[in-house]
Amino acid sequence: MTIAGFFFYLFAFVTVASALMVISARNPVHAVLFLILAFFNAAGLFLLLGAEFIALILVIVYVGAVAVLFLFVVMMLDVDFAELRAGFAKYLPIGGLIGGILLAQLLLVVTAWTVAPQEALKIAEPIPAASLVSNTEAIGRVMYTKYIYFFQLAGMVLLVAMIGAIVLTLRHREGVKRQDVATQVARDPSAAIEVRQVESGKGIG
Amino acid sequence: MEIGLSHYLSVGAILFTIGVFGIFLNRKNVIVILMSVELMLLAVNINMVAFSSFLGDLTGQIFALLILTVAAAEAAIGLAIIVVYFRNRGSIAVDDINMMKG
Repeated sequence: MTIAGFFFYLFAFVTVASALMVISARNPVHAVLFLILAFFNAAGLFLLLGAEFIALILVIVYVGAVAVLFLFVVMMLDVDFAELRAGFAKYLPIGGLIGGILLAQLLLVVTAWTVAPQEALKIAEPIPAASLVSNTEAIGRVMYTKYIYFFQLAGMVLLVAMIGAIVLTLRHREGVKRQDVATQVARDPSAAIEVRQVESGKGIG
Repeated sequence: MEIGLSHYLSVGAILFTIGVFGIFLNRKNVIVILMSVELMLLAVNINMVAFSSFLGDLTGQIFALLILTVAAAEAAIGLAIIVVYFRNRGSIAVDDINMMKG
């Protein structure tokens, strides 16, 4: 077996095993950590495929942002996760049946896959030789020209997601002191200062 | 044995099935359901990049990037909804999500 073959089986096995641990771990924090392991090994698979940019973006976006977000939420919510696993055994047979049928169908399709010879002529954006143009540069050349609208659409999706997440989780709690600039600016001396004549020998009260 | 396109597609198929299976197993835990959806999107990404690499067409990698964007947005919105829901109900059980009687 070649080195590439060995690493393919290593990455594939660890990805699948940690994906299984994600859905079966008792502790959701462990599930998130196994999710991170699955993403790392999937990034290894992408490296084997020659897609270095996607591989490293996967590590940055998923491990650096999404998985940490999951970790934050899991640790922030005070939930009894053991109670949520109550139906685990009940749904195991039906889930296993449907999953088994789906897997059998998918494997029958993908293992019988061949590419028709005439399809090889329909390539939209051929990948340039790695010795001439790096993967990152090749992606940039295509994405910022032909797929510029898709790129901007992705930016809009992220903007909407950002605004949506802020709007959903923002709340104004009553009884919390916070600065109100408009009120501060609107104060004038007549409202802020009170002048009293105090007779000598008597207090102000 | 040479590693071909069908090997990568098989890994993608297994990952996708694990994602579907995870949704069935953890019917009550929204956070694990979201993680299963992430696994399914990862499987789709593996398929996209595998086709891109073996057919020599860069378009698949561009679309993998778009899927990555959508997955990140979905995780952010989904977790925000979970946090708001937990504030209102004090639980994240799927069975309790019936306030709107939809």
